[in-house]
Amino acid sequence: MSEIFILTQRWPKKDPSLAGYKADGGYRSLEKALSMKSEEIVEQVKISNLRGRGGAGFPTGVKWTFLPKDVRPRYLCVNADESEPGTCKDRYIIEFDPHMLLEGIAIACYALDIHLAYIYIRGEFAKQARALEKALAEARAEGIIGPKLAGRNFALEVHVARGAGAYICGEESALMESLEGKKGYPRFKPPFPAIVGLWGKPTIINNVETLANLPWIVEHGGAAFTALGTPKSGGTRLFCVSGNVKQPGIYEKPVHYNLRKLIYEDCGGPPSGRPVKAVIPGGSSSPVLRGDEIDVSMEFDALKAAGTMAGSGGVIVMDDSVCMVRALSRIAMFYAEESCGQCTPCRQGTPWMEHLLERIEHGEGTRSDVELLEQLPGNIMGQTICALGDAAAMPVQSFVKKFRKEFLDHVEHRGCPQGEKAWGTFRNTREALIGGIRQ
Amino acid sequence: MSHHDHAATERAPQDIADLPKAEVARFDAEIPAIVGRYPPDHKEAAMLAGLRLAQGIFGWLSPAAQKLVADRLGAPAVRAEEVATFYVMYHTHPVGRHVVEVCTNVSCSLTGGFDIFEHLKKKLGVENGGTTRDGRITLRQVECLGSCATAPAMLVDEEMHERLTVADVDRILGGLS
Repeated sequence: MSEIFILTQRWPKKDPSLAGYKADGGYRSLEKALSMKSEEIVEQVKISNLRGRGGAGFPTGVKWTFLPKDVRPRYLCVNADESEPGTCKDRYIIEFDPHMLLEGIAIACYALDIHLAYIYIRGEFAKQARALEKALAEARAEGIIGPKLAGRNFALEVHVARGAGAYICGEESALMESLEGKKGYPRFKPPFPAIVGLWGKPTIINNVETLANLPWIVEHGGAAFTALGTPKSGGTRLFCVSGNVKQPGIYEKPVHYNLRKLIYEDCGGPPSGRPVKAVIPGGSSSPVLRGDEIDVSMEFDALKAAGTMAGSGGVIVMDDSVCMVRALSRIAMFYAEESCGQCTPCRQGTPWMEHLLERIEHGEGTRSDVELLEQLPGNIMGQTICALGDAAAMPVQSFVKKFRKEFLDHVEHRGCPQGEKAWGTFRNTREALIGGIRQ
Repeated sequence: MSHHDHAATERAPQDIADLPKAEVARFDAEIPAIVGRYPPDHKEAAMLAGLRLAQGIFGWLSPAAQKLVADRLGAPAVRAEEVATFYVMYHTHPVGRHVVEVCTNVSCSLTGGFDIFEHLKKKLGVENGGTTRDGRITLRQVECLGSCATAPAMLVDEEMHERLTVADVDRILGGLS
């Protein structure tokens, strides 16, 4: 089968303007959608088996049907908070083809009778926020977005809202709190956002990549989209490959593409020629795979069966020169830093895990510290309001389980056997391939 | 542990009346457009953007600047304070003329981010969060910036630089006034 590019098809042209997008057939899908009944669009999205690309992999069409029939207004929040370590894909959709996202937003809003949408973008993405503002200005000037959506009797306003540095705001309920102008404390669920969301009103929250697929689904139909993947998971997705590979980058592949093939054939494997020791397959919260476990499909259910998660598509590759204690201790530091502090197990447990790992890495750890690291995550998992607690626990559990000997070696040798070289021997910044564009 | 200039923090303006009038006028001129992005009964939603605007105008979010934002959004001052102290991009202490933020998360450290941060600490003679004696640069270690495939990355005054080497970093910092 020849490769199909849905999301990256226009990237190599480097023309993110409205004129360029329209010249390539852009906004025709919106026209088609506006000629359809809204229920038909929802039905096609259901048939497509499009699953949320932000990390949870929940079927988009099913999420949409949770909206109560008779409550208005409803809101759309576009999650452009992209903060899961290893993930760097939504920013490129926004940089290289922002109108594809805007068309997806317009289709979703029309299908769901939503007249106000916010794109919540992480504060660090200044360039991308400007790209969105520019695209929005073009779409407003052309009469696509505004009081009359593409000339129809349907008002749609879309605004950009910038975050200010907080990983937790990618969690959908914290995102809504932040949009309301508050600190990002996740809310209890249920009620789910589709019932009680932004300002207490029914709200759909979809990831950037998820929405960017909608123009293609409307144009080609849900059946064509699901045919690209597995019976329960359709389409292509953007895999972000980083770390020890010859050619890191963003690769658009069918959702069930093989992880080993991606690393070795597409990215050329480790530049050192050394073996792959560990792969984080779906962003830093997903349980780690050993180098001998990567011959797997990256589809959501397949990676779940392999004991890990497809998550946000952030694949981090480490060769055998990298110290697993060093890598895990940095991951633990991240979750300790980003815990919002609302729930005790997460607020107290994440810095505790970080502290234990630092001790082991620096030669002050004991055997019982390693044993404690095996127990601690279990006391955080499932004990918190949001998934950050689980996200912090899963890497610790999996790294210690799969590389236990390396942790014990640190205890025995009173420090990291690699010393200053704990981050491995690879350093050079390599050329990256971003959706077909060399950088 | 960050090393703030505590004396400067103590001299900070405490009340709106202590802020320079021209800058307050600039804030007042720009805030309505931001508030206008939200439904009329949800002015407080503009808190994050309001604080960003104030930080851009006043350089950092002193207690007075926080009070100004809260006041114009009809919220109690403590609401501005809890937001300003929750998000890492807000400076609730004075910072240098330039803020340099280096990612040291896994993808960046695998390609040299950790080395870059250690190099800058030595070169600038500061710890994480510290400001050089001449007030030129504040250095911070930050979390994943979403530049994993083009790592290592850093922000200089909130603009992203990617695929860095130590030599690149020295060159970029050399160009800062």
